[in-house]
Amino acid sequence: MGLKLQQSYHHSVTLKVNEQMGTKRGYTFIQANRAWLPKFLLLWVMVMAFLSTWIYKKMDADNKVRRKEVLSSMCDQRARMLQDQFSVSVNHVHALAILVSTFHYYKDPSAIDQETFAEYTARTAFERPLLSGVAYAERVVHSEREKFERQHGWTIKTMKREPSPIRDEYAPVIFSQETVSYIESLDMMSGEEDRENILRARATGKAVLTSPFRLLGSHHLGVVLTFPVYKSKLPPSPTEQERIEATAGYLGGAFDVESLVENLLGQLAGNQAILVNVYDITNSSDHLIMYGHQNQDGDLALLHESKLDFGDPFRKHQMICRYHQKAPTSWTALTTAFLFFVICLLVGYILYGAAIHIVKVEDDFHEMEELKVRAEAADVAKSQFLATVSHEIRTPMNGILGMLALLLDTDLSSTQRDYAQTAQVCGKALITLINEVLDRAKIEAGKLELETVPFDLRSILDDVLSLFSEKSRNKGVELAVFVSDKVPEMVMGDPGRFRQIITNLVGNSVKFTERGHIFVKVHLAENPKPMEGPKAETCLNGGSDEDALVSGARQFKTLSGYEAADERNSWDSLKHLVADEELRYDASVKMKAADEASQSVTLMVSVEDTGIGIPLIAQDRVFMPFMQADSSTSRNYGGTGIGLSITKCLVELMGGHISFISRPQVGSTFSFTTVFGRCKRASFSDTKKPNAEDLPSGFRGLKAVVVDGKPVRAAVTRYHLKRLGMLVEFANSVKIAASACGKNGSSCGSKTQPDIVLVEKDSWLSGEDGGLSLRTLDRQQNGHVLKSPKMILLATNITNAELEKAKAAGFADTTIMKPLRASMVAACLQQVLGTGKKRQPGRGMLNGSSVLGSLLCGKKILVVDDNMVNRRVAAGALKKFGAAVECAESGKAALKLLQLPHSFDACFMDIQMPEMDGFEATRRIRMMESQANEQMNGGTEEGSIRTGEWHIPILAMTADVIHATYDECLKCGMDGYVSKPFEEENLYLAVAKFFKTKPISDS
Amino acid sequence: MDFVNQLQRKFIDYSSSLHREGIVDDQFTQLRKLEDENSPHFVMEVASLFFEDCEKLINNMAIALEQKQGVDFKQIDECIHQLKGSSSSIGAMRVKNACIAFRSFSDGQNREGCLRCLQQLSHEYSLLKNKLQTLFRLEKQIVAAGGSIPRVH
Repeated sequence: MGLKLQQSYHHSVTLKVNEQMGTKRGYTFIQANRAWLPKFLLLWVMVMAFLSTWIYKKMDADNKVRRKEVLSSMCDQRARMLQDQFSVSVNHVHALAILVSTFHYYKDPSAIDQETFAEYTARTAFERPLLSGVAYAERVVHSEREKFERQHGWTIKTMKREPSPIRDEYAPVIFSQETVSYIESLDMMSGEEDRENILRARATGKAVLTSPFRLLGSHHLGVVLTFPVYKSKLPPSPTEQERIEATAGYLGGAFDVESLVENLLGQLAGNQAILVNVYDITNSSDHLIMYGHQNQDGDLALLHESKLDFGDPFRKHQMICRYHQKAPTSWTALTTAFLFFVICLLVGYILYGAAIHIVKVEDDFHEMEELKVRAEAADVAKSQFLATVSHEIRTPMNGILGMLALLLDTDLSSTQRDYAQTAQVCGKALITLINEVLDRAKIEAGKLELETVPFDLRSILDDVLSLFSEKSRNKGVELAVFVSDKVPEMVMGDPGRFRQIITNLVGNSVKFTERGHIFVKVHLAENPKPMEGPKAETCLNGGSDEDALVSGARQFKTLSGYEAADERNSWDSLKHLVADEELRYDASVKMKAADEASQSVTLMVSVEDTGIGIPLIAQDRVFMPFMQADSSTSRNYGGTGIGLSITKCLVELMGGHISFISRPQVGSTFSFTTVFGRCKRASFSDTKKPNAEDLPSGFRGLKAVVVDGKPVRAAVTRYHLKRLGMLVEFANSVKIAASACGKNGSSCGSKTQPDIVLVEKDSWLSGEDGGLSLRTLDRQQNGHVLKSPKMILLATNITNAELEKAKAAGFADTTIMKPLRASMVAACLQQVLGTGKKRQPGRGMLNGSSVLGSLLCGKKILVVDDNMVNRRVAAGALKKFGAAVECAESGKAALKLLQLPHSFDACFMDIQMPEMDGFEATRRIRMMESQANEQMNGGTEEGSIRTGEWHIPILAMTADVIHATYDECLKCGMDGYVSKPFEEENLYLAVAKFFKTKPISDS
Repeated sequence: MDFVNQLQRKFIDYSSSLHREGIVDDQFTQLRKLEDENSPHFVMEVASLFFEDCEKLINNMAIALEQKQGVDFKQIDECIHQLKGSSSSIGAMRVKNACIAFRSFSDGQNREGCLRCLQQLSHEYSLLKNKLQTLFRLEKQIVAAGGSIPRVH
């Protein structure tokens, strides 16, 4: 069963893990597209490669455009220059032609001869930089040839330097520049180009050019410029015929284009870079080259054409430029593009890397989350496991302890006894540890549920104190408890857990305190507000000379006079508290009304000790399980260190919080708050107080004087006495008490004599005249015979000698050993005052093996079980203990038998039964009972007195020992739980709860 | 008197062998403790009740498992629960263990497993019955011989 449970638990854990995984895993964009990341990178690289290529192309194109622009501008510049130079030359030749016509023809005799012409042209050659030379040829018709030849003394020759054949006309050169003197006497008409030129020139009257040809003499390519020279002045718009008639000769100039252009270009920048060709394109199909090489290599891809106008409308020229070298690879563009690509590549890679990293981190994160969930699940599982295992260990441990106890009852040799006792002590220690671990595990597993029952806080505190009284007395440590009056008498809560907390804290304190005191103080959490000084003083009897009492050594106003860690707990605060209470006493009725209005009450509990304190370094891990202040602690003082962590858990479960103040070598003060429910007065007045011991009321109204130098301690004493209903006064010393009594005695006034005088041992011993004053006190009392106050000595520990001395001094009555407890004080007072002789039946008598018999004897018990054998066995077992047993075989049968009124004292109910199971049956029984109770309440007066009588204890019988079952049992109204098969001890424990109160209430 | 002593020793040996073999457990001892003057045959009484009960239940389960058209596992479960309860009550440990095994098969609606367990169960049951009857016979012999049945501690 257990295994199955764990399996299913495990299953549920994994399921939870999966669920959490499902909900928590929020996918980011990157995470969702993780498979695409390399593809994204590739795409990015490709896009970037494309982009950089584009950039390269763009830049390259720009370069080309610029190159082209540069080329065209250079070309145009060259063309313009050439053209300008050319036209300058042409103009000058024009001028020369006019010169010739003016001075050769209009003057008679001619002012020009060859010599003059040569001289003049040579001196004006700078004006015609493009012309290699000029010459003048006269027009000679054939009829005049002989006369001309005679006149000049040479014959007209052709270009080939032969005597000219007979023609209609000749044009022999008569004047020539020196540079071209070799053409003198040559007939220009004999050359094809020149003849054409001459004819065209005289027809148009303008400068005309030949197509390029190889010039005589220089063998350079060149063109010849020809200007007509007219004999007479021409009419304003002469016809062609008139021009031809008027022609006297021709002035020609040879442009040695090749060398001259070379010269010209040489002057310009960037000459090396470009290649210039000049063409005559008069015949558009056949371009004649004028300058440059026809088949020169160069950058054929890029060329620029510029038009040239040399002033001859008939001829057309153009200049073609191209770069010498092919366009250089554009390194800038290439580098830029490449760098761009590289940068983008890097950026892409960085992004990719980041994405990969993000993915990795997210993966890790999810993994961690998963692990965390698992770890938490494991933690819960651990707690569950611990709870289960501790529970399982407890059962056999109880057996071991029980057997050991039995063993110790037998006759044993001293060695055997020693062994057995050691085993028992160890076993007890082990079970304590297991209980603590179980508690912690339960709390962690969230299984611990708190009860909510009314309980008396004060009696629990008394109980805890009595637990430790032995130990503290041995150590000489004073143990005291003080509960503020405003704390309600009964509160709703979990008394067991409250007791556990207090026990833990006080136990710790006792463990670590060797001197001084341990002081438990309970008050309302909202209480400590400062009160005005003078009012606070009122409660102090003789507060003014309080300081006088403080003896030489530095004393603190704490319980024992030792310094405490938390100053707040000293008398200064407590007196406010006390004062507050006294002041409000009158208004208590009003206050109570207000208190009852609120549902809950927050208590502040502090446990103060003057022990070794907690080292500062260890203070922050005090509440961590298994952490003690240091490892030597467990060696010196024992313990596991789990107690405080449980305490913390419990306090937090109770809706409070715990804190502490500790000073090494001074002490620690643990304070915690808890929230309890307020107990409706009506509800608990009828029901029995299960754990409140009834304090005797015989002391109500008695008057007591407490003699104590330490106000805190006095307040504690008063608290206990007040609980007994006594009126208490303080006295700082015996003397004051005595004088007070004396006054009272003498005046015999309204104030009555004290019935009891309680003297603290310390104050008695401190006053040297203690004995004396006491005697006087005694004497005075003796004087007034009516009432003699009883003298009681209060002491934490007392030696025999002191006891003797005390008896001698007059404390004949009794000595009350501390720690004080109301019940103990009551018992002592009873003894002293001689009242209340009858002893209350002690509960301790109930322990013993024959108890079960006495508990069950004569009780009528119903056993409900569908299983015949079980029924028989249960009946047999119960009968053995003297119970009268009746059986029912089903829930229905049980219901029938339990119809009210019935005479059963208890019912044992099987849980798993066909038709109607134990839970259902119980529910119905409870319903029946509550109906009956209501009817009775609503009915006669008599009924109301018997309220709540119909409640038969129902105990579940089950083989199932899982916690849940127990909870279920309680939920449906069962009172307890017996595991099947019956064991004597279990049965006793279960039954004892219900039957033990009865004999007491009966008696 | 020797005879009685012998019988008593035999009785003790026999009952401790029952414990040793795991046929009965402490609960049986507890039951024996419940026997006193008022109910001297308490264990025998309970045991015979148990035998009756057990036989009936085993029969019921056998019939239920024979059913061709669907086995009523719920019924078997109830029977097993009963048997487990009563066997743990009288402390018949091996029967109880057989029941636990049986239970897991009937939970799993495993007919084959159930049949096997039923066989096992009836085997354990007859073993227990034999052993206990022998024990009771011994007890009777002791009483007949005028001795008292040794009490367990």
